[in-house]
Parts: sequence; C-alpha cells; structure tokens
Amino acid sequence: MSLLEVNDVHTYYGNIHALKGISFTVDEGEIVTLIGANGAGKTTTLRTVSGLMKPRNGTVFYADENIHDYEAHKMVSKGIAMVPEGRGVFGKMSVKENLELGAYYRNDAAGIRQDMEYMFSLFPRLGERHSQVAGTMSGGEQQMLVMARAMMSRPKLLLLDEPSMGLAPVLVDSVFDTVKRVSQEGMTILLVEQNAHMALQIADRGYVLQSGEIVLSDSAKNLQNDPIVQKTYLGVD
Amino acid sequence: MSRYLDDFSLVDFTINALRVVIIVLVFWGAFNTLTLPADAGRITGEQWFDLFVAGLTQGSIYALIALGYTLVYGILLMINFAHGEIFMAGAFTTVFLATWMDKIGFLNGYPFVAIPLLIIFSGFISMIIAVLLERIAYRPLRGAPRLVPLITAIGASFFLQYTFRGLYGSGFKSYPTVDILKGSVAISGFSIPIARIFVFVSALVLMGGLYWLVERTKIGKAMRAVSEDKEVARLMGIDINFVIMFTFALGGLLAGAAGVINGLYRPQGVNFFMGFRPGIKAFTAAVLGGIGSVPGAMLGGLFLGVIEAIGPNLVMTGLGIPGPNQLQDVIAFTMLVLVLIFRPQGIIGERLTEKKA
Ligand SMILES: Nc1ncnc2c1ncn2[C@@H]1O[C@H](COP(=O)(O)OP(=O)(O)OP(=O)(O)O)[C@@H](O)[C@H]1O
Ligand SMILES: [Mg+2]
Repeated sequence: MSLLEVNDVHTYYGNIHALKGISFTVDEGEIVTLIGANGAGKTTTLRTVSGLMKPRNGTVFYADENIHDYEAHKMVSKGIAMVPEGRGVFGKMSVKENLELGAYYRNDAAGIRQDMEYMFSLFPRLGERHSQVAGTMSGGEQQMLVMARAMMSRPKLLLLDEPSMGLAPVLVDSVFDTVKRVSQEGMTILLVEQNAHMALQIADRGYVLQSGEIVLSDSAKNLQNDPIVQKTYLGVD
Repeated sequence: MSRYLDDFSLVDFTINALRVVIIVLVFWGAFNTLTLPADAGRITGEQWFDLFVAGLTQGSIYALIALGYTLVYGILLMINFAHGEIFMAGAFTTVFLATWMDKIGFLNGYPFVAIPLLIIFSGFISMIIAVLLERIAYRPLRGAPRLVPLITAIGASFFLQYTFRGLYGSGFKSYPTVDILKGSVAISGFSIPIARIFVFVSALVLMGGLYWLVERTKIGKAMRAVSEDKEVARLMGIDINFVIMFTFALGGLLAGAAGVINGLYRPQGVNFFMGFRPGIKAFTAAVLGGIGSVPGAMLGGLFLGVIEAIGPNLVMTGLGIPGPNQLQDVIAFTMLVLVLIFRPQGIIGERLTEKKA
C-alpha cells in the first residue's frame, strides 16, 4: 500500500483547469519527483496534497485515509510537511522562532529542543545564526532554514517545491545532498523540480507533468534515458 | 527651462509649502508662548507638568484601544472601524455592574477586588462582541476587495450603537466615584492625582501583558506568523481562523478594559455614542505609531495624548488663539491628516510594503 495515493484529481483556479485528472502514488521511503515545464501544474499538485487547495474531483489518500477535504493545518499533525515554492521563511522572526513554528502542533518541549539541536547539527549555519532575523539571511541559508523547519514537525511525507530554485550550483548540490540524507533517515519525499537532471539523479521514480496531465511515469533511471525527457527536460540534443 | 517645467509638480510644491508653513507656525507659536511675560499668562513649569501627566493618562487609554486596531490590521490588513463600539459595549454594560457594586457598598468596601472585577467583566463583554463581529460580519467577507469589509465595519459600527441604545436607552450614565482614586500624591514636589496613576499603571500592566503574549508565547508566535504569511502559517499547522478570532478577542479585551479604566477616571458621558471619539482618536494613534505595529500603537497612543494636551497650549497660546484646550480634537485630526500625507508608515512605524499598502 502506498503512503500517498492521488486518484484522478482535478483542481481549478476559478475557471482555470490546472490539474486535469492526475493520478500517482508515492510509497513509503521513496523519493518521487514531479518534473514539468513552467505552468505544468507541479505546484498545484503539491498544494492539493497539502490541503492548501481542494480538488474539485478525485481523491487523495494518505496512509489509507481520504484526506482531500482536510484543512491544510490538519495535515501537519497527520505527518505531511511542505516546503513551499519561493521558500516562505517568516522573515521578521528569528531562525529559532521559525524552527519552533515548524513544531507548532507538537507539545513535547523536550523532543522539540532535541530536534532543534539535531537541525543545528545538520545545518551548523543555522545554529550559529539562531537568533538572526530570518529575512536577513542569504538565499541558501533560508533554504536550509525552511527544510529544517519542515522537518521540525517530524513529517512522514515531505513535499518539496523547487528547493534548488535560485541557488548557486554549490548550494544546489548541498540541497540535494540534504534531501538524500533526509530520505535515508526514513522520510518519504515528493520532490518538484525544474532541475530535472539533479532530481532524477536522487529520485527512485518520476512523473512527467504537462499542462495538468501526467504524460509519463517510470523509474528515475529509465526517465533519464528516455529520449523525450532528455530532449525536453534535460537539454540533451 | 522646459525641463524645469517638466519636473515641476504642483502637488509636490503645495505639499512642501504646507510643510514649511506648518513648521514656521509651530515654532513661532511655541516661541511666543514660552517667551510670554509672567504677568501675561505664561504657563508655569508646574502647569506644563500637569498637562504632560494628563496627556500620558489620556494617551494610555488611547493606546489600549489603538492596540485593537493595530492587531487586527496586522493580521487582516483591515481597519476595524467598529472598534470604538467594542470599547463602548464594555464600558456601557459595565456601568450597571459598577453602579450596583457601589450601591451595595462593595466598590468602596473592597476596591482592590471590585476594580479588577469590573475590568475583567468589561473586557469579557467587549471580547464577546468583538468575536461575534468577526464571526458574523467579517469572516464571510474574507478575501473580498478591501473596500467591502471597510464599509461593513462602518455598518457594524452603527448597528452596535443602535443595538446598545435599544438595550440601555439613549440617556447618559456615569460611573460611580471610587474613594481610593480621589486625591493626589506628591512626588518630589509635583502633585499627581491618584486617578491618573491608576489609569497609567493599569494600562502599563495590560500593555506589558500583551507584549509578553505576542513576543513570548506560542499563540503570539502564531499571530506573528499569520500576519507575515497566512499560507505558510497554515503549512505550519496553524489554524488561522482561530488565530484571527483570538486576535479580535484580545483587541476586544483591551478595549473593554480601557472602557472601565476610562470610566473610573472620567465618570461622565457613558452612552451609546461614547465609542466614537476615543475610537477615532485611537485609530489616529495607531496610524501615528505605524498601523500593524504593537509597540507603535502603544507609543502612538501616549504620543497623541501628550501632544493633544501640550500642543494647543504650546502653539496656540503663542499665536493668540483663545481657549486652546478646546482645540484638542483639531490637533489630533490635523496630526492624522499630516501623518497620512507625509509619513503614512507612521512616525516610528516601518514603511508599508507593497503587499500591505
Ligand atoms: N493563483 C492562480 N490563479 C490562476 N491560475 C493559476 C494560479 N496559480 C497557478 N495558476 C495556473 O495553473 C497552472 C499550473 O500552475 P502551477 O503553479 O501549478 O505550475 P508549476 O508547474 O508549478 O510551474 P512553475 O514551474 O512555473 O512553478 C498554470 O497554468 C498557472 O497559470
Ligand atoms: Mg511551481
């Protein structure tokens, strides 16, 4: 049984039909990536899973529970965390407060403190800057912060929306390293990326999204070798 | 020459001219006032001090009400113009409880119990009205264009005024006097009325409590998160409807508390319309301090109170305008207009970002 099972989901922005009946699954422990051009519907897919948007039709099952009409704020306690597109740090709050907000639904003060120490060991930079106002941190540091913040809720399923966007190549590598590391610790990951090259390197499986529809799904390896994927998303001639 | 004409803007010119005229008038008036001969009505140091304390007292009441405007604006970017009525709801309702407490001798018998009870009761009433207002009038309009909730707020304001008029009648009531608030204490040669100390200290305690709540507690953190980014706040597991309700409740609580504090300080004038002036003054204070900013509302309130008390005497006496204290409101609203023209982000507030403006 899959951890996440999306069945024939249709999501709209007003009259704009953004997701036209997409279905996919994510199994426990997997890294699954969604690739697609701008406007394909990748963000909309994550927003639908996280409850920020409601699908008009279709079902979203998470751990065998139909969650598609749950409020977004309920999802966190179910074990779903999302790193939104464009990061979304709370810029006026300190690094520490941002992390505490990640653990908002939890009430185990000792566990939260422990997890925070753990994040500081994963991202020593955040530890050094724990009282800095998050808005004044660099793009790379903010990316670390939002990843750490999402993990503070101890999610089972982590939704990542273009974590490498706008980062220098060195930082892109470190972001993907982190994703891999988090995955090795048992977290399940649904990764949206423009950088299909990197995403397919760390993913187990992938789906290709085009104008709100899934046009291709396969193992990451096969997708890397698929001529259409190579041409359209990997820039190979 | 033609370039010069292109760059010339009549609006900018007028605004700058206005700025100069105001500054000259203020300095000229102040200079004249301070150099008045002693026998021609010069204001003594003691009188200045008195005015200052009176200003701080009035200002701390403004500050308590201003916090309600600023908290709601910080979270919903909406000006709750019915907030003055929320203040009235508590103050007007509690006048009956206070009168009854006075009649049975409890108010003067156990003032240290009775006064906090009145404050809590009034805060509670205002809190309920604020929460209902949000739930019934504002929540269904969330996401509507910003003019819509604004007009609704004005409608709600009339609704509340006439509801309370219907409930309690249109006559004026007044708060009973409390013996321990009478008299003055002398502090290093200056005499300060106890009632003013009571107002100032109560307001300080409430504001300190609010500041602690916003800065140090989990719900405070959630409030700040919602005010920065509602969507990301939801992803953190924050129930934004609850946080918004809580924010209205807090604003209501402070307004209701201010209602009793004000009533015990200045007992007269309790009726269904009593929220209008303090409401609009407190809104001015919130704008002065930078709407959306909690410390801004506190300082803006105190600042407005002091300016209102000192300003007319300082400037208008020197300009030969009689009865300066009757022009308090003129000062307050002139300040509001000037701040909106010259510094819409408030005197100490941050600049409104694109998103908020
Ligand atoms: N708020 C909105 N209102 C109306 N239409 C929207 C809105 N957000 C997205 N859309 C439309 O929905 C479709 C899918 O958008 P989505 O943001 O999911 O794409 P994406 O794959 O994440 O693109 P990108 O790679 O640029 O982030 C697009 O056609 C987009 O124009
Ligand atoms: Mg996107």
